[in-house]
Amino acid sequence: MVEAAAPRAVLGIETSCDETAAAVVVGGRQVLSSVVSSQVDLHARFGGVVPELAGRAHVELLSPVVAEALVEAGMDVRPPPRRGSTVRLPPVGEDPSRNLAAVAATVGPGLIGSLLVGVSTAKSLALVWDVPFVAVNHLEAHLYAASLEDPDLRFPTVVLLVSGGHTMLVVMEGHGRYRLLGQTLDDAAGEAFDKVARFLGLGYPGGPAIDRVAMEGDPEAIDFPRALMEGGWDFSFSGLKTAVITYVRAHPEVSTADVAASFQQAVVDVLVEKARRAAKQERAEALCLAGGVAANSLLRERFLEACQADGLRPFVPSRAMCTDNAAMVAAAGWWRLQLEGPSPLDTGADPAMGLCLAG
Amino acid sequence: MIILGIETATQQVGVALGGQEGVLASVHVARGRRHAEVLTPAIDFACRQARVELAEVSAVAVDVGPGLFTGLRVGVAAAKATAQALRVPMIALSSLDLLAFRVRYTDRLIVPIIDARKGEVYSAFYRQVPGGAQRLGPYRLGGPAELAAELAARSEWCLAVGDGALRYADLLSSERRVTLGTAGTAYPSAASLVELAQPRALREEFVQPSEIEVLYLRRADAEINWERRHQVVPGPAGGGEVGVSGSDRR
Repeated sequence: MVEAAAPRAVLGIETSCDETAAAVVVGGRQVLSSVVSSQVDLHARFGGVVPELAGRAHVELLSPVVAEALVEAGMDVRPPPRRGSTVRLPPVGEDPSRNLAAVAATVGPGLIGSLLVGVSTAKSLALVWDVPFVAVNHLEAHLYAASLEDPDLRFPTVVLLVSGGHTMLVVMEGHGRYRLLGQTLDDAAGEAFDKVARFLGLGYPGGPAIDRVAMEGDPEAIDFPRALMEGGWDFSFSGLKTAVITYVRAHPEVSTADVAASFQQAVVDVLVEKARRAAKQERAEALCLAGGVAANSLLRERFLEACQADGLRPFVPSRAMCTDNAAMVAAAGWWRLQLEGPSPLDTGADPAMGLCLAG
Repeated sequence: MIILGIETATQQVGVALGGQEGVLASVHVARGRRHAEVLTPAIDFACRQARVELAEVSAVAVDVGPGLFTGLRVGVAAAKATAQALRVPMIALSSLDLLAFRVRYTDRLIVPIIDARKGEVYSAFYRQVPGGAQRLGPYRLGGPAELAAELAARSEWCLAVGDGALRYADLLSSERRVTLGTAGTAYPSAASLVELAQPRALREEFVQPSEIEVLYLRRADAEINWERRHQVVPGPAGGGEVGVSGSDRR
């Protein structure tokens, strides 16, 4: 057991894609600071994230972002004392539990050149401050986002994780214990949003653009396909994207708002229906939404309705906690540290890292 | 005053500790291209074996390139974080300066050449001066054949070193006045980095971590392609020669 006075604060660092983020979280729950510097403007003209530009931007942005997160959290982290000094480390403030217990960073999955900036930075900070380094899986971090704002997370929980890179249904059986029910066979849901938005000329990033335009459209206007609705737990969005393109080319006069609304409706229908069925099969008490696409208005609304109808406890993170941030990394890092202890200092990045699954 | 040097511009990872008495420790790993994995344990090892506490380090020197982009990002990110956590200033040096400094005991024109991939090399010209090697022109990015032709046209004795010189050995050594360095001098050395940083530190020629910039000399392919598609006139970094000011005085 961790003593009450032991340090419990974790500095989290996230650089897996195009957000440069740092945060301080106490005990995996209490967010003292969460700073996110988005590179979205940098990549907008290319219609997607350019890995080389993302890597360059992380090198520039990360140290000021870390400094801001520490200052905002009221942490005064000093280098270890010189030999012979009696000063203890980490620096003792009024509440020792707020002292730094570890530095955690996302090591994968993500863009290798971006991940390496965060990993190298975190390991250096951990070495100088003489605290453990903790390697964090980006997917696992997303699973912890909801529990940061609602501490009553109970297991088993079914998590619908939807982002630009991933679409998966995961059963969270305990801290660090996951079972993958299904995932996308082709495009991630967020990827489909980006591609359709790009085709419709709505700009980048596609998620917020479609969300906005769809408000003005009729979601029943076009009956786009709902792939794999009956078959198992996997998802497929590539066919839907093609259906949208084919439809618009055949009906050039169609209202863009109707296309956006109908497309969004088709995506959300599949996501919510599968999550509901998964919760039923797993006899879960709670249903949890995670990942960048969880910021989508219709998905949030329909997700909450489904939970209410099925008597499930909904965990829906705030929009800021859905998209990539470092608070979720710090939280996941805290639980990893409790479960497995520190990660070795020769840890590298793993761009294709999968979720560590329960046997 | 103890300086920690971090060097990751090529496939080699280097860490060194330097003091007034010279290089206290240096660790170099050239095999594996595992910059991020090797770097932190190497710093830890160098400090422990040289009996130096990280808290005794009063400046962090870093090789900012040119070189391998991913390697440079690992080293520069680690160096900035280390300086930030220690609350000490930094000293930025170029990979080409380090290569030239190491082989400076010659009257020849010194030409460090680093492999830039995609059929190009980074290079610069240096000449020995009392106490070091002075750079004669800008850091450049260009084809090895053009560089070989330029060296031939200069008709003077040259010493070409670096992994780029070895890779394009046939092209360069067709001119009899060009001598090539060996594999032992192919990579920038972290020991040279702390040696070169020492006089700067004494003159307090420091920069803050936020002022450190990687010397890429080449823009991202996506930017070049985007501008080609949108017919924007290429900026200065699109050409063969790039002038860099401020970061190269010694």
